[in-house]
Amino acid sequence: MLRIEPGARHRVIVTVNGRLYSGFAEARTLLSDFLRHELKLFGTHVGCEHGVCGACTVNIDGRAVRSCLLFAVQADGAEIGTVEGLATDGVLSPLQEAFRRRHALQCGFCTPGILISATQFLETNPDPTEDEVRKMLSGHICRCTGYEGIVRAILDVAGDTS
Amino acid sequence: MKPAPFEYCRADTLDEALDLVAEFGSDAAVLAGGMSLGPMLNMRLARPAAIVDVNPVADLSGIRLVGDAVETGALCRQADALDSALVGDDVPLLARALPFVGHFQTRNRGTLGGSVCHADPSAEIPLALATLGGDVVLRQKGGMRAVAANDFFAGIFTTVREPDEIVTALRWPRSKPKTGHAFDEIAQRHGDFAIGAAAAVATVAPDGSLAAVSLGLGGIEDRPLLANLADFVGAPATARTASEAAALAADLVDPMEDPRASAAYRRQLVRVLGARVLERAFERAGARQC
Repeated sequence: MLRIEPGARHRVIVTVNGRLYSGFAEARTLLSDFLRHELKLFGTHVGCEHGVCGACTVNIDGRAVRSCLLFAVQADGAEIGTVEGLATDGVLSPLQEAFRRRHALQCGFCTPGILISATQFLETNPDPTEDEVRKMLSGHICRCTGYEGIVRAILDVAGDTS
Repeated sequence: MKPAPFEYCRADTLDEALDLVAEFGSDAAVLAGGMSLGPMLNMRLARPAAIVDVNPVADLSGIRLVGDAVETGALCRQADALDSALVGDDVPLLARALPFVGHFQTRNRGTLGGSVCHADPSAEIPLALATLGGDVVLRQKGGMRAVAANDFFAGIFTTVREPDEIVTALRWPRSKPKTGHAFDEIAQRHGDFAIGAAAAVATVAPDGSLAAVSLGLGGIEDRPLLANLADFVGAPATARTASEAAALAADLVDPMEDPRASAAYRRQLVRVLGARVLERAFERAGARQC
């Protein structure tokens, strides 16, 4: 059993994109705020903070989840993937490259969450239909693109442009 | 939007969790997936003194066959239930309802038991459990009970769970032969809260008549509602029967009214969605013509 008093600061150790990080969090600190304010990893964006917009989506232990609906203390010991981990040595991942090619972003606020979601989605569903891609995207809000470019980019990587 | 301060208590075993809810009573909120509790905390609609995080409790996970029922641990993630062959084969109504629950990203974390405890009147998982006549299994220190889903929900966001109890599992009756299931809903966007939802289970006899039929309705009244369709047992499993049964259900409901939809609109949804899911259930049960 672990108990953390209100206001007390608790040490949290996580692996983010393969690198070990340590920081302090109150019980009520959201994982999204811990990543940004404590670990200074600003790639993960914070939008609605009630699980609807999808901007804060990160990968935890292999699954895309909302980091605004988890407390940092719950993630102690977890393997976390964020948008900062997608490119390798400055080379964009195929999905990121497709987003650029297809103009799948404009302001870029929603993009980190969508890239994390789409990466896990394609791992578990390598050859999705357009309908499946759109259903997956229903968990994200983009106010710039109208989603068309995003759908095309994901289908490009899935090897399906029909 | 940040939660108000609270004491965080992480239970590693079921006994620890039961000790904690006994200690805090109604001042504690039990944290499972957090897909409903999280927003309520962030918006400060909920300000519990303590959060009891049960995520590490291994006894609350898993999907297993127990007699004539499939038992899902309260912490079973919605995504895992959706991927489960056992759920797909033996609880097809749940498998058909789950794609409507939130999104891929929230189903990865959200749990079956958490949704049932949250008791949103428009939620799909409580509706599926009530329509199938399933049970909610609860534990408290030194005690255990199973409550029929139809008795568990007491109103909007309200259940008969006592503050010192924890829901440990849900029991889903296994599908019977010649039985069809269907689920559908109307929401403003896919994954949003349903304005109205309908679930149907029908068993068709060899002569094409209905041996059993259930129609569950979500988002219409303050809890999942079962329409009394006893008069339709023995009727032919046809599209006409489906629309007559849905029309009867629409006459009997007392729909909620809110800024999204009027009572009259919800009554119309019962008529349309009810007929649609009943007809699909009849077809899937092997009715010859609809």
